[in-house]
Order: sequence, then structure tokens, then C-alpha cells
Amino acid sequence: MSQTHPTPAAVLSAGAAPLDAGDNVLASLAVDLDESLSFGSGQLVLSEQALWSRPPGATDWQRLAIAPDLELRHHDHAGVGTLELSRPTERVARWRFTLAANVQALRFVKRFEQLQAARERGVAPEGDDPTRCPSCRAPLPPDSDECPLCTRELNTPPSTWVLLRLWRFARPYQGQLLIGFLLTLAATGATLVPPYLTIPLMDKVLIPFQNGQQIDPSYVLLLLSGLLGSALLAWGLGWARTWLLALVSERIAADLRIGAFEHLLGLSLDYFGAKRTGDLMARIGSETDRISVFLSLHALDFATDVLMLAMTSLILFSINPWLALVTLLPLPFIAWMIHLVRDRLRTGFEKIDRVWGDVTNVLADTIPGIRVVKAFAQEGREASRFRDANKQNLAVNDRLNKTWSLFGPTVSLLTDIGLLVVWGFGIWQVSKGEITVGVLTAFIAYIGRFYGRLDSMSRIVSVTQKAAAGAKRIFDILDHVSNVPEPASPVPTGPVKGGVTMESIGFRYGNRSVIRGLNLEIRPGEMIGLVGHSGSGKSTLVNLICRFYDVTDGSIKLDGVDIRRFAVADYRRHIGLVLQEPFLFFGTVAENIAYGKPGATRDEVVAAARAAHAHEFILRLPQGYDSLVGERGQGLSGGERQRISIARALLIDPRLLILDEATSAVDTETEKEIQKALDNLVQGRTTIAIAHRLSTLRKADRLVVMDRGEVVEVGHHDELMARQGAYWRLYEAQARRAETEEGSDHDAVLIASTLPQPSAHTMVAK
Amino acid sequence: MSAPTFQLQRDPLGRLVYTSAEGERHEAVVPVRAFPIGAPDEGISLVSTEGRELAWIARLGSVPGPERALIESELASREFVPEILRLVSVSTFSSPSTWQVETDRGPTQLVLKGEEDIRRLPGTRASLLITSGHGIVFRVRDLTAMDRHSKRLLERFL
Repeated sequence: MSQTHPTPAAVLSAGAAPLDAGDNVLASLAVDLDESLSFGSGQLVLSEQALWSRPPGATDWQRLAIAPDLELRHHDHAGVGTLELSRPTERVARWRFTLAANVQALRFVKRFEQLQAARERGVAPEGDDPTRCPSCRAPLPPDSDECPLCTRELNTPPSTWVLLRLWRFARPYQGQLLIGFLLTLAATGATLVPPYLTIPLMDKVLIPFQNGQQIDPSYVLLLLSGLLGSALLAWGLGWARTWLLALVSERIAADLRIGAFEHLLGLSLDYFGAKRTGDLMARIGSETDRISVFLSLHALDFATDVLMLAMTSLILFSINPWLALVTLLPLPFIAWMIHLVRDRLRTGFEKIDRVWGDVTNVLADTIPGIRVVKAFAQEGREASRFRDANKQNLAVNDRLNKTWSLFGPTVSLLTDIGLLVVWGFGIWQVSKGEITVGVLTAFIAYIGRFYGRLDSMSRIVSVTQKAAAGAKRIFDILDHVSNVPEPASPVPTGPVKGGVTMESIGFRYGNRSVIRGLNLEIRPGEMIGLVGHSGSGKSTLVNLICRFYDVTDGSIKLDGVDIRRFAVADYRRHIGLVLQEPFLFFGTVAENIAYGKPGATRDEVVAAARAAHAHEFILRLPQGYDSLVGERGQGLSGGERQRISIARALLIDPRLLILDEATSAVDTETEKEIQKALDNLVQGRTTIAIAHRLSTLRKADRLVVMDRGEVVEVGHHDELMARQGAYWRLYEAQARRAETEEGSDHDAVLIASTLPQPSAHTMVAK
Repeated sequence: MSAPTFQLQRDPLGRLVYTSAEGERHEAVVPVRAFPIGAPDEGISLVSTEGRELAWIARLGSVPGPERALIESELASREFVPEILRLVSVSTFSSPSTWQVETDRGPTQLVLKGEEDIRRLPGTRASLLITSGHGIVFRVRDLTAMDRHSKRLLERFL
């Protein structure tokens, strides 16, 4: 610990922190790194009187009395968290820990701050605030420092028991499942009849014939029809069973898929921000499919095999226990051998998968980047990269194929050896006269078909593991609780005037404080321009107003009512959002405009498009409003897409309009078009606009300048310019950049011509 | 800026204070390596709290002793890349998997979230960077030089 003068320090001996009499522990923190960043375990204890610390490796406690000027600060970098205790003039002590202890550390700091505040007011420190998990922002349980969801998602490997949770989705189909099970039982029973009929066929027909007796045609006919009948029965029952269970498993998978997607849609933006799109798509798409295949194919086959084994052993034991014992004895051994080989192969196959990934990665890199590859004349390099990846693929495959090609023959060999044992023991028993030849052939027939199934049975372990992993990933979604909760008894929004009040709001994202102590009152119908450097919290503020996240402190009120008291969907109906990157869904132009109001009439759609200055270019499209847009549809320019998204916002006629960098992704000409569209949109609505180019905000009634999560200036353009503060600096910086780019960039012209001119501004901003 | 024309001190708050040749003072400057993996001792930048570069040090060796010691101690207190010397055990071969490892900074455990968190470094020796679930980056300097047990466990994830 690097400390200069630990003034009131007393060194005490080990064990629990030796508190003073009458003192109480408020918080404790286990630190897992020492000053040189080696792993070890130390402890910090905060009591009402002092901060006790025991560095990793030491057994002595150190006491630092709490003084009013002490401050405890937390920061982290590259996976290491640091707590620094300092006075205004010097650092008193420092402790390090890995981020595993981060939540606990943040709590510790919070407790420390609470204690300091309480001491200042001369009262006893009050209870702990519920802290949220830094990664998923779900509320933490009061007496634990670990988020149960994240910990589970992070630490628990998928257990096979997860599959049992699928029962929740299987319950509606329990009737069908029961019928399916009975059918399986019957079908398996039917397949076991033919070998049984070989006993009389051998003992009563063939062997007597060899010994000179006549064949009784009617008896043979009876046996043969028995064989045919059981075969037909097994066929019919097998069909019914497979059909029914496949039907049920598909439905279970579909329910699971729908359930997961509906739940996902209800989760807050936090969750989506932390997850990769491809990962979520895979979870809901292919994982549910994998579970369906597992249920309808692997689990069913396995169940059938197990039933068959049980019934076969029953029959065998009832015919001759001794021979049955010898027949079944090699089974576990063979199964184990197969499992062993398969395990080897599995790691090999996994390796092949990964190497295959490398091969496709080269393709995925090179083909989209082909212009760069050609421009820099690096075709040769890419070709050799691909060749290398393939060479490695070959090497891994060659190694595996050696084992793999052994697998099939090995299974046959093991099966043959097993049969050999049965033959040997059987012949010995026949010679002793304990069994007949018919019994022996029946045994061989029974067990021969069974050994063949061992291979597929041994596969169940790995497919079950895979299905369990898939099920876990789906349940991870299903168990996640949205942290933008619906109120228990929502207040109806009714007619909205559009006044928004922010009362000392604070927001922490993970352990970073993004917004702190922000106060702002927006009058109904007012247009507010949010200005500031990137990272100053503008977008976060807008996300809070949209209630994509909930504030950590304070409250946001719409017409005087806390927005958390409205139903989420009801509240958002009053918000029109135009984003920097307009997102168009696959569908027609008209459908996209009417996205927020699916029942809109054609007239309403056209009116919205007209107001958004989109009508004319839409008419120029080959199929007008019925043209397909979106991912694979008609190519639209950025400005055209933006105007469609403006029309979309216009159509729902929101009281509250949010423009998040609506024009920053387009060129100057287009910006003017969009600006015209926006001017229509803004009229009579409360508008909050974010823009990098200050020109876009020329109509704003008030400009709000933000810096590091706080409002630093509010006022008209002229006012702020006269003040020569943060806004003036931003403005000057843009003007300077415009000057240096003069002539070469449209921006220069734009900023010079459209920046709020004093006279023009006072005219619009009354 | 090859020969350093600046001064560095540590203030009582434990922060680095940078004074340029022109006498401009910056508190709490941070040294950052430009190539932490490829060339750790070449290209070190002194960055202000606002994230602006104040000085560029092409080679750490060219900095005079006391300043270099300050930079090195600050780097040491910020850098945390434990080197895995031995894998003791892994909880499972599927992910997430908890590994018990011995590092040059003592024994610990790490959670591997997925195989994509293992990054192979280019070069002749099989070096790996492994990012744990808690965001700590562990390093394996040379896979081929590890003991048989560790190698066998690691191979399953590569």
C-alpha cells in the first residue's frame, strides 16, 4: 500500500477487524490483488468510526480513522479496479482488486459516501440503496454482491438437468406424449415378436425336418403369418409413433421459439446492447431447432433403444437366465469401448469445426473487402492465407481420419466378438442339452440387432450435452427480467400536453456515471437543441426520456407525472423518434410509413409522406408506395430513407418528438430537404433535437449544452455566444474547421450559410 | 520529440505531473504503450486526462533514469496481464468453463466465456491471449513450452 502519512493508524493483530467498542460494521470488501498486482486476498472493513484494512498476505489490520475531508474514489482500467483514499492534498491509501470484486467495491464506495454524508449532518448512516448489476443492470439481491443472472450465465456450464425445464413447454402436450409413449411401447414390443417366432420355426419345423419328419404346412403358414403380422404391426405403430412425437416436438420447439422471442422483445435496450445480434438470432433460431431435433430424433431413438433393451432382457431371462446373463454381459463393456472412441472423435470433430471456421473466415474477410484487396494489389497475400488455412484444415482432417476410419470396423469387431461369446456359450449349452438350437438362434437374432444400436446409443451423451447447452442459452433469455418494469397499476396517459421535467436525474451505465444531477424543464411545444461533445450524455438523456432505460436517481415527468407510472407502450405511443440511421423494415414504402399505426388509411400515409417531403420521390419509384424497401428491396439513398422515417414519425402524430442526429449522415443538399421535412414535423410539438452540426438547430427555442453528463449552459444562441462559454467554444471550433475545409467541403458553405444568424434566430425563437 | 524535453514528477496524490519544455503543467498524465504486445518498449505516449497526447517517446531506453523509473512504475501499476504458467484444472471442456491456473502473479481462477475469447498471437511461438469473463487478459507466452498436462487441457479449447 502506498501511503505517505497514515496519521491515525494503529496496527493490530489478525482475525476479524478488531473494532472499537460500540462501533458497527457497515460494509466489507474482499480485495484480491496486492499493490504489485499479484493475486492474494485482503480485506477492507468500513465501520462507523474507521476504515480497517488488511493487505493481501498480511495478518495485521490497519486502522484509518474517518475524517471529514477523506474521500474514497473508485476507478478501473484494463480489468483492474482501484480504490483510492485521499485527502485534498495527498493520497492516504490505495487498494487494488480484479473486476470480480467490482460490484462489491462500488457498494463499498457508496456506503462510504453515505457515511460521510450522514456524519456531516450528524446522524447515523442509513440503509443501503439497492445496487444494480453493472453488466445487466438488474437489481441485485439486498444481501449479495453478485447478480444471480450474470453469475449463472457466466459461471455455470450447461447441465443436462436444464432439459427437464423444457417440461414447462411440454405440459400442454402431455396427452399426446402419453399416447406417444404407449405407441413406442407397443411398436417396440411388435418388433420383438419375429425373433421369438424363430424358436418354434427352428425347433418344431426345420430341425425335425432334417431328422426326417414332414413339414406341417398349416403350422408353417401360421408362423409365417405371425411374422408378417408383427412386421406390419411394427410398421404401423412405428409410423404413428414417429409422426405423433415429431408433431409434438415441433410444437414444443415452436412454443419455445415464440416464447423466447416475445420475452426478448420485452427486454430493455441494455440487454440488446450487451449481446451480439448474431448470438441472439442463433439462440432463438438454431438452438430451438437443435432441441426439436434432439427431442424428435435422438431422445426418441434412445428411449426406444432403452425400452428394447429392457424388453429383450426380460424375454431372454424368461427363456434361459444363464444364456441371457452371458449374452448381456459384454454389452456394457462394448458400450464403454464405443463411448471411449467416440469421445476421442468428438474432440477431433470440434477441432475440425474450428479450423473450418478459419477457412470460412478468410472468405468472409476477403469477399466483402475485395475492392480493398484489389486496390492494394494483395490478391497473392489473400490467396496464400486461404492456402494456409486449407493446409491446416487438411492436417487436422488427416489426423482425425486415421481414428475415424477405425471407428466403423471397430464397432463391427466388438459386435462380432460379443456374438462370438454368445455362440461359444450357446453351443456349449446346446451340447449339454440345456437349450435347443431354436433358442440359440433366437438369442443370436435378438442380440445381433441390438449390438447394432449400441453405436447410436453411445451418441446420446454428446447430443444431450449439446441440446442442454442450447436449452440453457434459451433459458438465459427467458430468465432475464426487463429492467424497465411495467408499473403494477399504470396511470393512463390521456391527452398529453408535452411538458417534460427532469428533476435531478442521474444515470449510471455499469460503473460509469453518465448523467448526474441534471435538471431541465421543457415547456409543451418548445424545441430544445441538445449540444455537446460526443460522450457528453446527449443520447443517453434521450434514451432516458424514451424510457429505454430507467434513471438511477431522480425522476423524469411528463406533464407532472413520473413516466415510470405509465404503461411503457402507452407512454411510448406519444413519442416520435427519428434516428441517425433510419431503419426500414422489409416491406412496402406504405407499410414502413404506417409502421407505428398499422391501421392508417392510404390518405393518412400520403399526407404524412407529403409533409415529410417524401411524396415526390416515392412517386418516382417504379411501384410508387407499393415498392419494396428494406434489406433486399429497392435501393434508397440515405436522405430518402430518412424522409420515410420522418413520415413514419409524423403519422403517429406524437406530442413529443425526438431527433437524434437526424441529419448528420447525409450530404448538404439532402440535409436541406430533410430540414424542410423536419420543420413540418416540429410544429406544435415538444421537440428534443440532438445535432453535431449546430446549423441543424437554428430553429431551437433554447439550446442546452451538455458536458460530462451535466447541463453546463442553457439559452438562446446569441445569449450563449455572448457568454463566451462552452457553447461559444463548440461554435468556434466548428467555424474554424469549416474555414480550414473551405472550398473542398460542402460543410463549410453550410455552416457559414445556415448557422443561426442573430436576426433570423430571434425571429423564430420567440 | 526524440530526446525528452519534459519533466515528470509524482505529486502527493500519487499522480504523475508533466511539465513541458515551455513550462506547461499537466496533472495526472498517463503513459500508454502504443504496441503493448508487438513492441512494448517502443512507442510510449504520455496522454493527458482529456486524452490528448503530450509527448511521444519513441524508445523507452532513451529517457533519462528518474523519468524512466516513474514511467515504468506507472505502467507497472496500470498493466495487468498475468502470465499463465500452468493449468491446474478446468471445470468443463464446454464453455463457460472455470480454470484453475498458476500465474506469475500467483494462483487464481478464471472463467472462460467462450472459445472466441482465446486469441492466437501471430508469430513463430504459439502465444495466446485469453480474456476472462471478468475482463482480465491472461497471457500464455509459449504454448509448446508448457507442461504436458496444461498443454493437453489447453488443446481442447484451441
